[in-house]
Amino acid sequence: MLRRIHSFPGLLAGLLVMFMALSGAFLSLQPAIAQWQAGTAAAQLDVAALSDAVARQFPTVSRIVRQASGAVVAYSDGSGGQTATRIDPSSGAALGPYETSPVFAFMTELHRSLFLGQGGHVVAGLAALSMLVLSISGGLLLVTRLGGWPKVLGVAKGSFKQRLHVDIGRIALLALLLSGLTGAYMSLVSIGLVSTGQDGFIPFPTTVDGGTPAPVSTLAALQALPLAQLRELVFPAQGDPTDVFTITTNAGQGFVDQASGAMLGFVPNSVGQTVYEAFYTLHTGQGIAWLGLMLGLAALTVPVMSVSGALIWWSRRRNQPRLKHNVAGGAADTIILVGSEGNSTWGFAKVLHDALTLAGHRVHTAPMNSLARHYGKARRMFVLTATYGDGAAPQSASRFLSRLERFQPTPDLAFAVLGFGDRSFPHFCQFADDVGAALLATGMDQLQPWAAIDRQSSQSFAQWGVETGMRLGAPLHLVHTPSLPRTTRLELVDRDDYGIEVQAPTSVLRFAMPGAKRGGLSTWRGFGRRLPRFEVGDLVGILPPGSAIPRYYSLASASRDGVLEICVRKQTGGLCSEFLHALTPGDSIEVFVRSNPDFRPGRGFSPLIMIGAGTGIAPLAGFIRHNRHHRPVHLYWGGRDPRSDFLYAVDMAECLDDARLARFTPAFSRTVGGRYVQQSLRDDVGAIRDLVAQGARIMVCGGQDMAGGVRTALDDILAPLGHSAQSLKSMGRYLEDVY
Amino acid sequence: MKKIAAALVLASALAVPSLAYAKDLTIEAKIASYRGPNAFFAIYVTKPDGSYDSTLWVAGQNQRYYRHLRNWVRGIAAAGGNIDGISGASVGAGQTLTVHASVADAMIDAGYQIHVDSAVENGGEYANDIVMPLAQASSGVAATGAGYVQSLTVTF
Repeated sequence: MLRRIHSFPGLLAGLLVMFMALSGAFLSLQPAIAQWQAGTAAAQLDVAALSDAVARQFPTVSRIVRQASGAVVAYSDGSGGQTATRIDPSSGAALGPYETSPVFAFMTELHRSLFLGQGGHVVAGLAALSMLVLSISGGLLLVTRLGGWPKVLGVAKGSFKQRLHVDIGRIALLALLLSGLTGAYMSLVSIGLVSTGQDGFIPFPTTVDGGTPAPVSTLAALQALPLAQLRELVFPAQGDPTDVFTITTNAGQGFVDQASGAMLGFVPNSVGQTVYEAFYTLHTGQGIAWLGLMLGLAALTVPVMSVSGALIWWSRRRNQPRLKHNVAGGAADTIILVGSEGNSTWGFAKVLHDALTLAGHRVHTAPMNSLARHYGKARRMFVLTATYGDGAAPQSASRFLSRLERFQPTPDLAFAVLGFGDRSFPHFCQFADDVGAALLATGMDQLQPWAAIDRQSSQSFAQWGVETGMRLGAPLHLVHTPSLPRTTRLELVDRDDYGIEVQAPTSVLRFAMPGAKRGGLSTWRGFGRRLPRFEVGDLVGILPPGSAIPRYYSLASASRDGVLEICVRKQTGGLCSEFLHALTPGDSIEVFVRSNPDFRPGRGFSPLIMIGAGTGIAPLAGFIRHNRHHRPVHLYWGGRDPRSDFLYAVDMAECLDDARLARFTPAFSRTVGGRYVQQSLRDDVGAIRDLVAQGARIMVCGGQDMAGGVRTALDDILAPLGHSAQSLKSMGRYLEDVY
Repeated sequence: MKKIAAALVLASALAVPSLAYAKDLTIEAKIASYRGPNAFFAIYVTKPDGSYDSTLWVAGQNQRYYRHLRNWVRGIAAAGGNIDGISGASVGAGQTLTVHASVADAMIDAGYQIHVDSAVENGGEYANDIVMPLAQASSGVAATGAGYVQSLTVTF
């Protein structure tokens, strides 16, 4: 819901808000220029002395204005109309003619009414209102996304556009909120929907002395007023002894008798007027140039926020399957919650959703992260979830367990959990288990026992549907045909084989678009059929023949290299690795790419400690080969025997030579005095502590066991610094790609 | 029957003078060419002794700016008065505003004067931008202003 509140005005008014922000950013320069031109006067005159000095130089002066920047302007009537002159606030001397900037005047009018009069004020007000709604809903989304107020400054995760949106949003949020709030209020006043309480005519004094006008310098009320408090002083019409000085100060308005010098009928500003002036100052930065510039800088982020926000909305929309008849959570009798990493679980959820809808149920299907606080009319809740990595929550369920703490189930709500996974992994459906236990702990009844679907089996899903249908009292036909991501056909270009002698056959495989052989005319022929976009460290999904379940491998190249490079160790009985190892150049495979934005070195020049074992070197070697800016990289890697499985030995030697790699510490387990990579780390205690103290980021890639060993070793090494693998992880300085 | 006749006589006696009483004016105000936001101004009538009599038209509906129409606001604040129905939007540079008003016959050629006060936000303000007699002789004759109202033509 919150997300919808955020994206609706963002998409609808995006262009308008962008336009207002850019014109506002331009206008923010005005107070700074004005303040710079006005300078800082050391000692200022009182209003009486200043008026006297001005009146001597300009006998026909009609008005003196002190602007927010501190500049003083005198207007006097002449034969050719009115002339405006800048006045030195410390002496009252004329400084030269005063001219308003036509550019700023034009932009001001454009910004507040688009030259459309009253209707334009309404449009500008809607833009400000959109900004206000976007800031508030965005702030709340930010807090939920990062896991609560204490973590609001934590590391943002996700794709580049998501991190950009969150990081810039965090910096600019308060300023944008202020601009939106004050702008919306000012528009309401301009339209006339809000009164400042000062709309009536200020009564003109009736008790005027009427005597001979006294010299301006002797008028007591003007003498008592320091120049800094003056806004405007209007002189009485010449030759009219019944007229008075009209004075506006920052406290209110009043009149000064030109004979007695007394203040007549001073009306202090109403509360509404005081509020309006405060909002005006906060919005425009008039007189507070630094605030204006800050708001202007924040406004410059709006186009970036609009574009990245629209892209995020679009990719989310594209990634979620279209559901027909998806009922709102509060009105549904059946809730389906989906925990999915790669979207395959969504396919099953859609089948269940359609079948239940056909059976006459009112079904609400949503990601697990969208769990509401309660579902008013729901009787049953199905949770379909995959498990990610080592028993962790998949992407669309990452916040489910914390949201569940605030969940208030209605008494007759029962649940069923269906896990999806692969039995060959040690933590089969671990997360589904955890979710089931957590749901039981809320006191809800179980609709039917916990069940699991192995390797996306359509048969066991259909069987589960039969059982569920019996419990619901109506047959449920669940026919799932796996839908796979759109694949690209690639051709093996070449391969390097390692490790046969040490019983760990490992190959570096390079694929390219068919026909796009390197060099010469053939490159041109392949032009137009380019590789799908990917970065080093992203994952490639490969479908071995005879299986519908993709296997994922970390990429050692980026699409701009023109090849897709992976490093595969042959697992005995492994369907996919045996298939890949049997390939010869010219053979083709079907692949798709999945982005893995949380495993990247990131920007900056802080040192990198890369740790890997076996094929885990592949993405690390890819990062190092692309390290054109010579960021210091320290690589620790473990293999078996340097004579047999020293992967990327030549590449790493080249990188050491031209400083793309600062230091390389390989460890081999099958040599005399064999050792693991963890031991190399323990030997380098001093160096690693130094690097971490310098702000180094650690990247680990390899198998479960190695990753666990590295974590323990680093916990021991970093304990004296008060750090641990976990603490660095929470700062975004410890990244793992573990399989 | 007599009563109805008497009522008719009375009604016409009341109606006829009021027909003779009002004179319709067509006011054309041409705004000068300047750079800046719309001008707001007040067109009003003063008595032979120079004091405020009544308002014919106010261009600009944001009352927050009225204090810049100084002479007019001084008069209407002292005399009291309502400008509902005789006010409209502010007018942009170079444009012409045409409005209709009515004054009592007796005021014409009796020493009354038409005044215009004009101002622009963050710009100048002109009390008595234009002052012209409310006289038959000046009907249809353009009076020139010193400020934001370049000329004023009143036809009756």
